[in-house]
Amino acid sequence: MAVREKVFDVIIRCFKRHGAEVIDTPVFELKETLTGKYGEDSKLIYDLKDQGGELLSLRYDLTVPFARYLAMNKLTNIKRYHIAKVYRRDNPAMTRGRYREFYQCDFDIAGNFDPMIPDAECLKIMCEILSSLQIGDFLVKVNDRRILDGMFAICGVSDSKFRTICSSVDKLDKVSWEEVKNEMVGEKGLAPEVADRIGDYVQQHGGVSLVEQLLQDPKLSQNKQALEGLGDLKLLFEYLTLFGIDDKISFDLSLARGLDYYTGVIYEAVLLQTPAQAGEEPLGVGSVAAGGRYDGLVGMFDPKGRKVPCVGLSIGVERIFSIVEQRLEALEEKVRTTETQVLVASAQKKLLEERLKLVSELWDAGIKAELLYKKNPKLLNQLQYCEEAGIPLVAIIGEQELKDGVIKLRSVTSREEVNVRREDLVEEIKRRTGQPLRIC
Amino acid sequence: MAERAALEELVKLQGERVRGLKQQKASAELIEEEVGKLLKLKAQLGPDESKQKFVLKTPKGTRDYSPRQMAVREKVFDVIIRCFKRHGAEVIDTPVFELKETLMGKYGEDSKLIYDLKDQGGELLSLRHDLTVPFARYLAMNKLTNIKRYHIAKVYRRDNPAMTRGRYREFYQCDFDIAGNFDPMIPDAECLKIMCEILSSLQIGDFLVKVNDRRILDGMFAICGVSDSKFRTICSSVDKLDKVSWEEVKNEAVLLQTPAQAGEEPLGVGSVAAGGRYDGLVGMFDPKGRKVPCVGLSIGVERIFSIVEQRLEALEEKVRTTETQVLVASAQKKLLEERLKLVSELWDAGIKAELLYKKNPKLLNQLQYCEEAGIPLVAIIGEQELKDGVIKLRSVTSREEVNVRREDLKTGQNGDFNFYYGYFIDYYWQKWPDTTPFSYKALGA
Repeated sequence: MAVREKVFDVIIRCFKRHGAEVIDTPVFELKETLTGKYGEDSKLIYDLKDQGGELLSLRYDLTVPFARYLAMNKLTNIKRYHIAKVYRRDNPAMTRGRYREFYQCDFDIAGNFDPMIPDAECLKIMCEILSSLQIGDFLVKVNDRRILDGMFAICGVSDSKFRTICSSVDKLDKVSWEEVKNEMVGEKGLAPEVADRIGDYVQQHGGVSLVEQLLQDPKLSQNKQALEGLGDLKLLFEYLTLFGIDDKISFDLSLARGLDYYTGVIYEAVLLQTPAQAGEEPLGVGSVAAGGRYDGLVGMFDPKGRKVPCVGLSIGVERIFSIVEQRLEALEEKVRTTETQVLVASAQKKLLEERLKLVSELWDAGIKAELLYKKNPKLLNQLQYCEEAGIPLVAIIGEQELKDGVIKLRSVTSREEVNVRREDLVEEIKRRTGQPLRIC
Repeated sequence: MAERAALEELVKLQGERVRGLKQQKASAELIEEEVGKLLKLKAQLGPDESKQKFVLKTPKGTRDYSPRQMAVREKVFDVIIRCFKRHGAEVIDTPVFELKETLMGKYGEDSKLIYDLKDQGGELLSLRHDLTVPFARYLAMNKLTNIKRYHIAKVYRRDNPAMTRGRYREFYQCDFDIAGNFDPMIPDAECLKIMCEILSSLQIGDFLVKVNDRRILDGMFAICGVSDSKFRTICSSVDKLDKVSWEEVKNEAVLLQTPAQAGEEPLGVGSVAAGGRYDGLVGMFDPKGRKVPCVGLSIGVERIFSIVEQRLEALEEKVRTTETQVLVASAQKKLLEERLKLVSELWDAGIKAELLYKKNPKLLNQLQYCEEAGIPLVAIIGEQELKDGVIKLRSVTSREEVNVRREDLKTGQNGDFNFYYGYFIDYYWQKWPDTTPFSYKALGA
């Protein structure tokens, strides 16, 4: 949980830095709200039992609820983030960090704006978050639905084969072109020449120079859709350069994932494994964030079909939790699960009253303090409690000190002790723990 | 079917044709002609079956939280969590559903209010009804003998929601519990201390905590002649809180209304927190029936949200829904590049900044955006200022402006921007109405 809190803290700071509002939606939606939005994946939706009321289903993602929220409140623009659990009746491969209940962190900008500015901000946010999390080097692959459409069209892929060819091409980040080609030709009935033409394109990746090169491509430049996509990507790269993140972005023609509701730019961030030998290409080890533009979704909810263009991203936090947890284990770093600053302890028996009074004073002054729930605890046990929980300070009440009007303040790690006057104790603790002295 | 599909295809193509013509700004007559064709085709298609004819709504008894409601919620949770942390509590989370058998038999009459999941071939599941039973399951499952934990999450009850009284079918609970064998009443006392700290910090009015003990009730009913069989009914008449059967101590915090006339007893206007000791629950989960004594409390946050929201409305207080500190604006056209560069520098320095998603926005619109969102500062880029190497920093409320050197606005915590920001922010807080719903000054929160 401590890991989770830290990760969310980084992510939420970033969203807030970019001026996002936050919303929340119910864990379940009307079944009809979710119907027809997820294609084949619909069979993975958890339904609630029909108990005589409305038919309900647990939310499958945060995007469809967002579109429902926009349409329901007739909003034409909003910049919002939403962090919540979603539910999928997957066959969980728990080792790969896939669960049936898991967190999604979504950020979306809805509204009619000048092209590519919000899209660029989404990519900037993705890069800021992944950098701040310090989970290693990463790369953001970018492509565009219209470029894919156009490319497949000019290669000779029929509309009916579009989706299935897409999912083959998308495997290029994990398997070789040979395997992908075999799947397309052997399993999906694609003509070999068509596959070859596809291969010429999808194995390419690069920066803005690749965009320019394709704009000059004799066949691709004849396709209106592809041209639109390429034009937008060119503009996007200009903005990304101004944002200082162009070195993290790769225009990758094999990026074809999750295309159901994307209508324009699509992107995916992968962590790079350090290459085993110098000179090798870094391999992606899996996606940690993804997103894109989806201009048609809200219109599916609006009774008049009114469109609200949207672009957004989703951070794959569950994968990030695993990675951070693994790192902590490797480093053997102790993770504190509480924030307690001082334990109020007693050195002899019959001092419970004093402890209760003192701990209450500390709480009232805003200091994070605890005491053992024992009338007459041994000092050793109290010190041990501090060591296990990582509590840095002990305030020890003793008979002699009481007479002298002082409390013994001890550092758990260094074991240094100092007598502090009772009335100065709060200030001294705050000073040592770096807390502001004024209560404000 | 095939005919219909072909027709739909024609409609789609014609629709694209019309859109294309409009984009190309073709002649009005041509557009009209093509639109006419489109409408004829659509008419042939008949009533549009593909359009979903459902009502856009959230399920009964549930609601979305708008940004404004979230702002209230975040502040309330912040006060509560600070308090729990101040008392050294860890935090856990559990799944939204449990095995049906885990929840069965724990809620008495309320069991019919549990949401079940459909049998889809796997385990039978139900949505959690509270956070206490999952906690007991967690303790027994992990063989824990002691823990001090808080848990804030939504729970689900198929109530008939009286929405005006803030009762929903999906609502938050904030639970704090101390489990373990300890010397008597110390943890119990700390729970009550926590309840009082939280209700004071929230500043929602005077409150009173009522305390009783199940053993006293038992004894009292016995000597009054209430038979064992009538005990539970009498109890629930006496007490309307729906909770797992508390065995020993039960307490309840109620908000007090200021009495109409001096000398009157303050009236409770409703419970905002409750809790007690429950030593037998974990034993119901443990295979050997091993008991783990527990004492805890639950804060009724939904009621508190309502109260705070009502107060804000009454005071007509403006609540900010973002934390943006500065808008990066341009005074003339063709300055998008400069804006993008500057806003990026500010983000990289950790400053909360925004820009309008327009290539050439009007300065007036940018200032208006700041006023509506409550953004205190604008960093204005202008042609002349660019030549002079400065940015104009302006307070939205006071309209004071100062020119800041561009290269001083660098990344890092010591740039001039932070100095000026600090200056303007102090000024700003004096001018703008207090945008925090209530100040959390008590207890050093």
